[in-house]
Amino acid sequence: MSDWFNKTAFEIREAVAQGDVSAREVTTSFLDRIEAVDGAVGAYTQLWNDDALAQADAVDAKVKAGEALGALAGVPISLKELICTTSGETTCSSRILNGFQSPYNATVTKKLLAADAIVLGKVNMDEFAMGSSTENSAIQKTANPWKLSCVPGGSSGGSAASVASATSALSFGSDTGGSIRQPAAFCGCVGLKPTYGRVSRYGLVAFASSLDQIGPLSKDVRDAALALNVITGKDPLDATSADLPAEDFTQALTGDVKGLKIGLPKEYFVDALSSEVRTMVEASIEVLKAQGAEFVEISLPHTDYAVAVYYIVAPAEASANLARFDGVRYGFRHPDAKNVAELYVKTKTEGYGKEVQRRIMLGTYVLSSGYYDAYYLKAQKVRTLIKQDFDEAFKQCDVILTPTAPAPAFTMGEKSSDPLEMYLNDIFTISANLAGIPGISLPCGLSESGLPVGLQLLGKAFDEATLLRTAHCYEANAGISLGTPPIA
Amino acid sequence: MSTISKSDVAYVAGLAQLDLDEAATARLVGEMNSILGYMEKLNELDTDAVEPMMHAMALTNVFRDDEVKPSLPRELALRGAPLHDDEYFLVPKILDTEGGGA
Amino acid sequence: MEFEAVIGMEVHVQLNCKSKVFCGCSTNFHAPPNTNVCSVCLGMPGAMPVLNREMVTKSVAVGLALDCTISRWSKMDRKNYFYPDQSKNYQISQYDLPINHDGFLDIEVDGKSKRIGITRAHMEEDTARNTHTLGGGHSGVDFNRCGLPLLEIVTEPDIRSADEAFAFLTELKQILQYLGVSDCNMEEGALRAEANISIRPKGTEPFGTKTEVKNVASFSGTYKAIEYEIARQTQVLNEGGKVIQETRGWDDDRGVTFSQRAKESAHDYRYFPEPDLVPIVVDEAWEKSIHELQPELPAPRRARMVADYGLSVYDAGVLTQTRAMADYFEATTALAPDAKKVANWITGDLQALISNAEGDIRVIKITPTQLAAMINLIEDGTISGKIAKEVLVDMFQSGDDPKAIIEAKGLVQISDTGELEQRIAAVLATHPAQVEEFRSGKEKVIGFLVGQVMKATQGKANPKMVNEILRKQLSN
Ligand SMILES: [Mg+2]
Ligand SMILES: [Zn+2]
Repeated sequence: MSDWFNKTAFEIREAVAQGDVSAREVTTSFLDRIEAVDGAVGAYTQLWNDDALAQADAVDAKVKAGEALGALAGVPISLKELICTTSGETTCSSRILNGFQSPYNATVTKKLLAADAIVLGKVNMDEFAMGSSTENSAIQKTANPWKLSCVPGGSSGGSAASVASATSALSFGSDTGGSIRQPAAFCGCVGLKPTYGRVSRYGLVAFASSLDQIGPLSKDVRDAALALNVITGKDPLDATSADLPAEDFTQALTGDVKGLKIGLPKEYFVDALSSEVRTMVEASIEVLKAQGAEFVEISLPHTDYAVAVYYIVAPAEASANLARFDGVRYGFRHPDAKNVAELYVKTKTEGYGKEVQRRIMLGTYVLSSGYYDAYYLKAQKVRTLIKQDFDEAFKQCDVILTPTAPAPAFTMGEKSSDPLEMYLNDIFTISANLAGIPGISLPCGLSESGLPVGLQLLGKAFDEATLLRTAHCYEANAGISLGTPPIA
Repeated sequence: MSTISKSDVAYVAGLAQLDLDEAATARLVGEMNSILGYMEKLNELDTDAVEPMMHAMALTNVFRDDEVKPSLPRELALRGAPLHDDEYFLVPKILDTEGGGA
Repeated sequence: MEFEAVIGMEVHVQLNCKSKVFCGCSTNFHAPPNTNVCSVCLGMPGAMPVLNREMVTKSVAVGLALDCTISRWSKMDRKNYFYPDQSKNYQISQYDLPINHDGFLDIEVDGKSKRIGITRAHMEEDTARNTHTLGGGHSGVDFNRCGLPLLEIVTEPDIRSADEAFAFLTELKQILQYLGVSDCNMEEGALRAEANISIRPKGTEPFGTKTEVKNVASFSGTYKAIEYEIARQTQVLNEGGKVIQETRGWDDDRGVTFSQRAKESAHDYRYFPEPDLVPIVVDEAWEKSIHELQPELPAPRRARMVADYGLSVYDAGVLTQTRAMADYFEATTALAPDAKKVANWITGDLQALISNAEGDIRVIKITPTQLAAMINLIEDGTISGKIAKEVLVDMFQSGDDPKAIIEAKGLVQISDTGELEQRIAAVLATHPAQVEEFRSGKEKVIGFLVGQVMKATQGKANPKMVNEILRKQLSN
C-alpha cells in the first residue's frame, strides 16, 4: 500500500496514464486515508466509496483500452455540499435541504466527470456558504487538520480540510467573499478564486449571485492550474459566464517573474494584521524580489468600506436566493403547517440556522421599502469605487500581493458570539469578489503555534495566467513545504 | 440613519417569513443595530455621481434561442417534493384567492 | 353629485414563444400538470435563467405598435413575494427600466377618437397555476405555466368609461393578433385584463380611492364589471360612505364584483436587479430590424381600405378585424375588382360558412383566387348570384374551382334568348289567370311569374333577361 494520497493531482494523473498505478489503487489509498483520519477532521459529509471505485474501474478500463483520458483521470476529488450532483445529496450543510437529491449535475460536476475525475464524496461547509469557520454547518463540525481545536476556516472549510489532510487530491469549493482563499490559508493549501464569469455557476447553489465563483483547492499551484483548465468555459446555461478562448493554464507556469510588477496596497498592511502574519508576508516579498519581480506601493483607498459593502450586497442577494426553500418542491417541510403562510414560516424558521436567519434579516432589511437607496444602492455605488480602485492599481502593477487573512486559524467557538467581529475577518478577501477579479491564496509558512499562514495574490480580470505564474514562482522558490500535518 | 427597533425587526421577519421569538428578536435588534451601525461609514463617501455596480462583468445581451428542450420527467420533477399526488405539488389548501399573481 | 370614472388597465399578454422565458420548456398550454417543467422553472437550487431572445423581439414589436419609446438599455429585476404561484418566491420582472415605456393607443368610441396613454409594457415570467379542487385539504400547484413569457401592459388612468375600456381592449387585442405575438385566447389566460377603477366628482382633479378588479375572463365581463363598479362606488359615495382600496373579483353569473381582500399595507416587493441576468441593450439596428418586420397595423389599414377601395368605414372595420381576413380580402379584390361585392361576399356568406363550421379563414379550402373567380363568373353572367351561393357552399366543402363545380352540376346560367323565350312562353301558357291579372294592371304578379320561370329552369335562367322577356311577351 503506497501513500498515493500524498501525491498531487498532476502526479496521480501522470502515473495513472502511464499505467504505473491503477485508478482503483489510488482511489483505495484515499478511501483508506479517509477511514484513518476523517473521523478526527470531519471534512466529509457524504462518502461515495462504491461509486468512486466504479468510476476508478471505468478509468482503468480506458487506460487498458488505450482510450483518450480526461485531464483529471484517476484523480480523487471532493465537492463542496453546494455543488449539485445527481449522486447523493446536495444539502448546502443546511437542515432545510436535508435529503435533497438534485435532478441535475452542475456544469462543473459534468466537466469534472467528463475529465475522468473520481468523486469521493461531498465535504462540509458553513450553511449556504455563510460563514468563515465552517462552524455554521448544520451537519457536523470540521476541524483544522493542523490543530484539531481550531477551525478550518470557511465557508469551504471541508474542502480545505480534506486537501490539507490528504483525503482528496483536489476539492472544489466556492468563494463569495473569501470562502476558498481563507480556508486554504487556514489549512495550508492552495485556493484559487477565478475571475467572476470564468467558471459556470450553473448548479452552484447561490449564496450571492453577483459574487459567487467556483474554484479549486489543491496541494500546489500546478494542480490549481490543472483544475482550472477543466472547469472553465462559456456555459450557455449561465448568462454571466464569459465567452473566452480556451487556455492551458499549466503553460503559464514558466517560473519567470522577471520585470513583473507587484503592487503592495498600503491599506492591507495595517494594525489589524497580526505581526506574525506581517513578518511572513514580508518574507515572501523577498522571495519574489530575488526572482526579479519589482514591487511598488499602491493604494486601494476604498478598502476600508469593503466589508460594509459586502455585508449589504451579499445578504440582499441571499435573501432572494434563499426564498425558494419553502418546503413545497423539495427539502425540509415543517409537518404542522395548517395553511400556506404557516408552511413558509415554520419551515424556514426551523430549517435555517442562526447565521442564515441573521443574513436573511439583514438582506431583507436593506432591500425593504425606504431603505433600498440608503443601503443597497449606496453599497452598489461604493462597489463601483472599489472596482475603480483596482482598475487604477492595475495600471501600475500586474499582480497585487497581500495577506489572505489577518491572523491564522482561530479556536472553535472563539468568534461565534460577535457576528461583526467574524465579518471583519474577511477584510482582505472580500474586495476581489466585489471587483470580480481573480485571487489565490498559498501557504507562506507556519505560525509559532504551528498553524499555516496564507499569502494572497490578486490579478487582473481574466488574467489567471499571470496570477498562477507568480504564485508558482513563489512556491518554487520559497522553500516552504508544509507537507501533510500529523493528525491526532 | 435610524436605529432598528423591535417592531422593525418584526416587520422584516414578516417579509422574510421568519417567526422570531422574544429572545431572537431582542438578539437581532442588537446585532442588526451593531452591523447596520457599522455600515454607516459608507455615508462618509459622496457617491452622487457614481453609477451603481450590478454585475462584476460588463456583459450585455446574453440570450438563448427560442427552442424547446426536453423537460424533466414528471416523476423526477416531483421526486423531492415533501407532498405530491403524482400530478401536483401539494400545499395546504389556499383559501385566499388574492395574493401572488403576475 | 355627478361623478366621472378614472380607469387604468393592466393587461398581461402571454407571448407565443415556443419555449418559456428562461428555460427550454414548451409553452404548450394543454400539457398534463407539471410535465413542462425543468430545474430552471421549478426553481431548483443552483439552476439559472437565460433570457429567450424571442421574448425581447416580440416585446419590442408590441412596444413599437403602441408607439412606445424602446429602452436602449434595460434590465430584469427580482420582485420578491411569497406565494405558491412562484417557484423561486420571487418573480423575474422589470422594475425601473421597462423595455417599453411612454406610448399610446388611439381608440374610437361613438365615432370620436381618444388617446389612451401607455405607461409601460414590461417583460416578466408568468406564474404557476393553483388548483383548489383536489380535496384532502390541499391545493395543487402546476408549474407548467410558471415561466411562460408575459408582457405586462400598463395604461395611464386615461379611460373614463366601460365603453372606452372595451374599445381599448378590442383594439389592443387586434394589434397583438396582427403582430402575431400572442394567441390572445382569454379562456386560456393568454390575455388577462385588470382594471383599476375610481370615481371623482366631475370637473375635479384628485383621484378617488381605487379598487382593482381582477380575474375577469372576457372583455364583456370586463365591461360589465367596470359598469358595476362605477355604479357601486357612486352609490357608496352618494350614501356618504367611503370606497375602500381593495382587490375585487368578478362574479359573472351574478353580475357583481365582490371584495377579495383589503390590501393590508402596500406590498413591499423589495425589487432589485436580477444578478443572474445581464442587461438588455436594444440598439437602433435591432429596433429597426424589428420595425421593418412589423405588419401594417389595424388602424392604418382600416384607413387605407376606405381610401383605396372606397369601402365604408363599417366594412373596413369588419374586414380588418383580423389580419387574415384583411389579407384575404385584399388578395381577392386584386383579382375581382368590385371591392364592395368582394367585401359583401367575405363578410356575408363566407363568414357565415366559416362560423358555422367553427373554422378559421387562415385554413379554409377556398383560396382568394377561387373566390375572385366565382365573383367574376357572376359579373360575366355565367352564373346568377343565387346559384353562386350554392357554388360557394360546394367550394367551401370541396375546395374545387367554381368553374369545375358549375360545369359538373350544369349550373351555367341560361342566357340564350331563344331558349328563354320558349321557356317563358310555356310558363305563360300554363298560367293564363296570372297573365290576365297582369294585363288588368296588377303589376305585382310579375314576381310570381319570374319565380315560376326560375323554378322551371332550376334557377339557371338569367334573371335580368327573364324580366325583360317576360314583360315583352306580356305586353304582346
Ligand atoms: Mg406583473
Ligand atoms: Zn423549464
